[in-house]
Amino acid sequence: MTDAPAQLEHAGHSGHGDHAHQFENMEQQMEADSLGIWLFLVTEIMFFGGVFAAYAIYRWLYFAAFEGGSRILDIRLGAANTVVLLGSSLTMALSVRSAQTGNRKALVWLLIATMILGGAFLGVKAYEYNQKFVEHVVPSLDWAPEGAALAHLAPGGLDHAQLYFFFYFAMTGLHAIHMIIGMGLLLWLVLGARKGKFTPHYFAPVEVVGLYWHFVDIVWIFLFPLLYLIGGRY
Amino acid sequence: MSDHHSDHHSDHHIVPQKTYLAIFACLIGLTLLTTGVAFIDMGPFNTPVALLIAFTKMLLVIFFFMHLRQSSGLIRIVLLAGFFWLALLIALTSSDYRTRSWTPVPQPWSASAPPTHP
Repeated sequence: MTDAPAQLEHAGHSGHGDHAHQFENMEQQMEADSLGIWLFLVTEIMFFGGVFAAYAIYRWLYFAAFEGGSRILDIRLGAANTVVLLGSSLTMALSVRSAQTGNRKALVWLLIATMILGGAFLGVKAYEYNQKFVEHVVPSLDWAPEGAALAHLAPGGLDHAQLYFFFYFAMTGLHAIHMIIGMGLLLWLVLGARKGKFTPHYFAPVEVVGLYWHFVDIVWIFLFPLLYLIGGRY
Repeated sequence: MSDHHSDHHSDHHIVPQKTYLAIFACLIGLTLLTTGVAFIDMGPFNTPVALLIAFTKMLLVIFFFMHLRQSSGLIRIVLLAGFFWLALLIALTSSDYRTRSWTPVPQPWSASAPPTHP
């Protein structure tokens, strides 16, 4: 942006193509936007990190119960949902690219595709939550495992298995809340993109929401093996 | 250093679509791998392998989808600091729990003191 016309330097924020007055140039503004969201994501690492640390301790203390608990989860649904969420990250990354290349139509459709994939993920998650009520393995609210579920949970101790499901609902629930917030942000982007708010010179909102969406994806990348796969299916 | 930066940014670093698709294919491949490996009994190695695959997937997402490859040193240091504090959180918490049983908890003096009025 060194070739930006000099008059833009004094134009303030009259249009979205130029930078806000507190920045030297568009480059610096983009850097500040990215730095801001990265700082927020670092606080999110610590936020989820606390739950992950607690999970690590209790998994180590009551491994048999956690193993039994993870065997009740449907590994196929977990894997399919991982693929769906990774797909939404791909469409999100391509959305940012469409904004960079100034392809407004592709940007709108890719953002909508990201929302659809995010919605599909939440739909499968809702089905899984419902299954937990059917199997009576919801801690506190509906805790009365029977049949096959009981056979999996009994060896590790039912109380400790209940603790595993507390972690299951807390971790996937926090993740789902982040997804719902992300869907709201995506809707806001779609509305802005339809109006042509984003150009190759100004697409920071798309980039910033994209970084948040990818972060939420990374959280799931760790939740999937930790919650679904520790039970070993051999 | 600053020359290096402006070089990086001047071309607006648009990543080719092919790269995104290739990274996505790798992520799907690793997801299938980690799911498949869960069906194999590797003794104590199942969890480390699953975490290693998850870590690899995270690096792919961070470096390519989140553009860390083109990001400035400042952003890299911020992220590294985040992971450093996460490592501290997990290392110190687990070292506490793992070593608690190493030293016996002293009995309160009143529990071992002989009765004063027999």
